[in-house]
Amino acid sequence: MYRYDEFDAAFVKDRVSQFRDQVQRRLAGELTEDQFRIHRLMNGLYLQLHAYMLRIAVPYGTLSARQLRKLADIARRYDKGYGHFTTRQNLQLNWPSLKDTPDILDELASVEMHAIQTSGNCIRNVTADHFAGAAADEIDDPRPYAEILRQWSSIHPEFSFLPRKFKIAVTGAARDRAAIQVHDIGYQLVRNSAGEVGFAVWIGGGQGRTPMVAKKIRDFLPAADLLAYSEAIVRVYNLEGRRDNKYKARIKILVHEKGAEPMRLAVEEEFAARNDGRLRLPQSEIDRIHAYFAPPALAARGARSNAFESRKASDAKFRAFVETNVAQHKIDGFGIVTISLKPIGGIPGDATSDQMDVVADLAERLGHDEIRVSHEQNLVLPHVAVDDIPAIYDVLAKHELATANVGQISDIIACPGLDYCSLATARSIPVAQRISDRFGDGERAHDIGDLKIKISGCINACGHHHVGHIGILGLERKGVETYQITLGGSADENCTLGDITGPGFSYEAVVDAVETVVDTYLGLRSDKTEDFLTAYRRVGMAPFKAALYEKNPGADI
Amino acid sequence: MTVIFKNGQFVEDTWKTVADGEDLPPSGHVIVPLDWWQAQRGAFEGSNVPIGVRIEPGTKIEDYAADISRFALIALAFPKFQDGRHFSTAQLLRERYGFKGELRAVGEILLDQVQLMSRCGFDTLQITDGPTLAALREGRATVLSRFYQPSPAAEAPVGTRPWLRKPA
Amino acid sequence: MPQVVSANRLDDGIVVFVGRDRAWVELLDAARLFDTKADMEAAVAVAQKDVAANRVVDIFPFEVKISGDTVTAVALRDIIRTSGPTVHRDHGKQAVHG
Repeated sequence: MYRYDEFDAAFVKDRVSQFRDQVQRRLAGELTEDQFRIHRLMNGLYLQLHAYMLRIAVPYGTLSARQLRKLADIARRYDKGYGHFTTRQNLQLNWPSLKDTPDILDELASVEMHAIQTSGNCIRNVTADHFAGAAADEIDDPRPYAEILRQWSSIHPEFSFLPRKFKIAVTGAARDRAAIQVHDIGYQLVRNSAGEVGFAVWIGGGQGRTPMVAKKIRDFLPAADLLAYSEAIVRVYNLEGRRDNKYKARIKILVHEKGAEPMRLAVEEEFAARNDGRLRLPQSEIDRIHAYFAPPALAARGARSNAFESRKASDAKFRAFVETNVAQHKIDGFGIVTISLKPIGGIPGDATSDQMDVVADLAERLGHDEIRVSHEQNLVLPHVAVDDIPAIYDVLAKHELATANVGQISDIIACPGLDYCSLATARSIPVAQRISDRFGDGERAHDIGDLKIKISGCINACGHHHVGHIGILGLERKGVETYQITLGGSADENCTLGDITGPGFSYEAVVDAVETVVDTYLGLRSDKTEDFLTAYRRVGMAPFKAALYEKNPGADI
Repeated sequence: MTVIFKNGQFVEDTWKTVADGEDLPPSGHVIVPLDWWQAQRGAFEGSNVPIGVRIEPGTKIEDYAADISRFALIALAFPKFQDGRHFSTAQLLRERYGFKGELRAVGEILLDQVQLMSRCGFDTLQITDGPTLAALREGRATVLSRFYQPSPAAEAPVGTRPWLRKPA
Repeated sequence: MPQVVSANRLDDGIVVFVGRDRAWVELLDAARLFDTKADMEAAVAVAQKDVAANRVVDIFPFEVKISGDTVTAVALRDIIRTSGPTVHRDHGKQAVHG
């Protein structure tokens, strides 16, 4: 894992003391709210529906046990004993007070964390594949590059007042687990024909009210040019992105209006004009950062673990957990364990302080001190010996953390929605809870198979509904919540945006509507191996639409 | 007399900003709108009178590349603090077009932007924002002492990570 | 419909209402009800002084309805804001209410 050196530590400390001074001046009445707002937003502090909300960055979703324990401790002492992991691999606290935030930021700094640039029209927390460094299909670890981007983008003098927020994601494998095609920039690590590591570059993806799939503008960018090329992209965007309408200010609109090819040319021209090599990364520097992310020394074990196999044979629940929550590690005898933060009927992405402590302990004891936050709002232990999985499972099960549903219908992404968010138009969480309760994690869910449901409580799409196999968008019509359903979205390497089924459904009817969609799929799939998305892509909208609206003629509210 | 912020203090402005239609003093040291310069440039053929231009955000600076060295001062307008386009213009002027004259930011400038501007190559700030003016007069600048980016304002030192970090 | 004047307290961000004796209160039950637009606007004007004094931020009025002894907000957003998250009945003002 990356460790701050003196430079990083002093940088963050400076920033915290600056914010402490700003908070003191605000509380003393020397700054008005209008003057203060920009300061607090630059430090991730929002004023939400019930109280302030602090968004803490978890860079590229990587945490150590010490850091997760600190988050637990902060949530317990300064909040109500829980936090919410988001689709941007951040942690949100829902109830901190303004006067405590400088102390919270100091606590974070003590474990090399911060809330810098988790808000504002700047380059936000850089996200990455949550299986980075462990996945069997990885070309290179994306995190060193994400860390280099994190440093370069921190309080960037030129790019702190962009037309709108700017999100970068990096993935290390062809299989995209970081949703790079719905980011402002998506970097995909690839090898060229000479075997060198570099990036395929995607720009202009995003969700919100005008969703767009990113366009690929480079097949291969040498790794050394990562910063120079990023600078070229963001500079073209800063100069040319629209500022007349905040809903048209993201880079996706510029790419769309200008055209992907003219945009590519503009970026290449800017990149070429910047020929002084000043931002070119020396290999020694890439290696230096890489070294921080060296995989733990995992001695290859036998591919077969007796403890693991015998437990699997004797315990159906454990077997189900392994099937859904354990992924292939690049080293034999190890596995990647996903800890579902989606208990049946629970709040997606929420974890209590006690749960965070449990996960931290497990990571320290049996997980080589690493934890990941996934954009799917789960936690991950990326390096565990298969031998230890039964023991890990037992601890998780004791703390409601062993739900065997990763990738299944109840593994739902949901934004905080109207229960917390001042921008929301409808609730998301209770819709997720009801769907989860309806389908559960038993035989039925297992039979349905891979199905990603994603729910947003407003058009801003923090719940990624556009790329849900089933997407749900909560809106408000004449004071009543109404839910629009989309089908066929996907955030992976074959990224697509979902199609709207038709008129929306009421809060009461939306779960039935989802069930209708699921039943329709079960009725038309060619066999059990054809998952929902594949089936949808084969048959299209018509049968789903027919089932939804002919069966429920009163649904069109 | 206008006061500008320069090198950490307020000083009297030695330049005069001229509006459209006003006569130019023969001594120069006037800041004219870029359009005005474009229309009147013939009158300055062969003259060395110091001229400054004011450039609004959205102007494509590359269209004026050949003229840049003629100006003794370039004033980049910040009508709203949220409009950060001229942070990039400043970088381009300094780095790509080698502008050596006075680079000035004019308009709604927030306290947090003061140091960012100097790191993008601005020399002087003509600030309209009251709270920023008040804070600077009280000596309350928000300054960081470590930076993760090189700046045209000063060459990066030789050493580790010269491509990235810039100590104070 | 009667209205209540609301804001968030500066130091902890908690939702507060103009109370019957004009002081800020945390519970809707103790909020003062304004029956006319003029009364509400006058209350907002007074409340603005507390914005200027940096006690509260983001003042806004919203509609409530009264049935028997209980006052409830009309819009769902205001109902949630005045009671707490519907998914966490142990948090927010509803927790105090019991």
